[in-house]
Amino acid sequence: MATDILFYVFAIATLLFGALVVANPFSRNPVTSAMFLVLTIVSMAGLFVLLHAFFLAAVQVVVYAGAVMVLFLFVIMLLDLKEEERRKIKKTGFITGLVAVAAIVGVFIRSLLATRPGQDLTGTAVGDTASLGRLLFTNYLLPFEIVSILLLVAMVGVILLSKKDLK
Amino acid sequence: MIDWFNNLDATTKALIFTGLKAVVCFAVMMTMVAYTVVLERRLCAWIQDRIGPNRVGPLGLLQPAADGIKAFFKEEVTPAHVRKVFFTVAPMIALIPAILNLAVIPFGSNLGGQKMVLADLNVGILYTFGIVSLGVYSIVLAGYASNSKFPFLGGIRSTAQMISYEIAMGMSVIPIFLFVGSLNLSDVIGAQAGTARWLPILPNWFVFQSPMTLLAFCVFLVAAFAETNRTPFDLPEAEQELAGGYNIEYSAIKFAMFFMGEYAAMILVSAIMVTLFLGGWTLPWWGLDQPAETFGVGVLHIGIFLGKVFAFLVLFVWIRWMWPRFRYDQLMNLGWLRFIPIALANILITAVWLWWKSRN
Repeated sequence: MATDILFYVFAIATLLFGALVVANPFSRNPVTSAMFLVLTIVSMAGLFVLLHAFFLAAVQVVVYAGAVMVLFLFVIMLLDLKEEERRKIKKTGFITGLVAVAAIVGVFIRSLLATRPGQDLTGTAVGDTASLGRLLFTNYLLPFEIVSILLLVAMVGVILLSKKDLK
Repeated sequence: MIDWFNNLDATTKALIFTGLKAVVCFAVMMTMVAYTVVLERRLCAWIQDRIGPNRVGPLGLLQPAADGIKAFFKEEVTPAHVRKVFFTVAPMIALIPAILNLAVIPFGSNLGGQKMVLADLNVGILYTFGIVSLGVYSIVLAGYASNSKFPFLGGIRSTAQMISYEIAMGMSVIPIFLFVGSLNLSDVIGAQAGTARWLPILPNWFVFQSPMTLLAFCVFLVAAFAETNRTPFDLPEAEQELAGGYNIEYSAIKFAMFFMGEYAAMILVSAIMVTLFLGGWTLPWWGLDQPAETFGVGVLHIGIFLGKVFAFLVLFVWIRWMWPRFRYDQLMNLGWLRFIPIALANILITAVWLWWKSRN
């Protein structure tokens, strides 16, 4: 019972804060948007906790709220915010955004129609770090390693771009 | 009264006990914050050959009350050029991380059948790091909301510093968890019972257990100083160059909240270090490394824990008044070029060592 109430609290909070990130009626300040994104991430971590995925919840907060968003803020604070607040929404941006949202909604509807409530659940969600690690290093080893190489490539690229005079 | 209590079902009882523990923890933490400030002022006075605040109450022990009342009754000035919402929220965020983190610290073994930890999570340390990493927002927002040069510079400096040292801090503890095989903080304490194998006079704490864990402790200690913005890493609030940094525009209780947040973070980081590296509530002698059977031993365990935390607080204060400040480029070099590689190498060496040991 309490879990149900908490689910609705976190779900509504996630959606509300998420909406306030992109369409805040009171302020067009990018810092406000970034802070609402932090709140969205934290409420999503709450949803993970309700699914007993404690590890995911913790990592969500450490990585996204603690590191990525702090870097976002860092960059936003160094930008010219006045100009950003005056900027009009461009037509191409509006159309591409709309298409992207429609595509995601389509995917969601398809997957929702394909499942019946209470069925198609394979395995139990265990929030245990050890079992997650075991899965990552056995069944999902190849995707895991490919993702690491992807990150490595991104890192090397950044170093190359920032050190242009490097021979 | 007792009958009424015994008739309650298990869930209600657990709720009541947890609530009680939370309230007591909070009260103890806030008292410690107040007296750490006194400790800092008295110790710094002694180091500088002065007397320090000794007028309010016996030995100056009522000084925190005087400071608190002063902070509450001072006029609160909000400058006209600040961003109001962020300006108000920032000092509040300063206190929250330290308080939330109290939940996973095992501050004692048992007390009358109750475990002396609020939430025995199986991802304990990750929770801690998650919450600690949110602490930077108060400083960033304060710097941004103040809308003037020095606070802004302080905020920027602090963001860069905290992100850099968080990485070293997070990586430095991984060897500990490789040794323990669990992220739960109670398990970490359990792995530190008894005396060290190579020299039985020393306790089996992770500081003394092996060279790898000692190195981990050293990296963590330095990163802890950087994370709490204490000297020699207090560049975000360097008085001489930034006139105080992110908190210049704040006054009265809002300023006091930043101050309290800094000391609460210090206490919290000391508690984490005690748990991870100094055996938590255990002492290797007289059977004090096993969970308490009687009420008296339970209280003693809490006392041992608080004593160790106190020792760390003295270290924090002592270093602040004995050491000069780093330069900013030195700080960044130290973090990225020294500590992160050292921590990475430490993980690798520990993993290889454990693998080699498990094969023999």
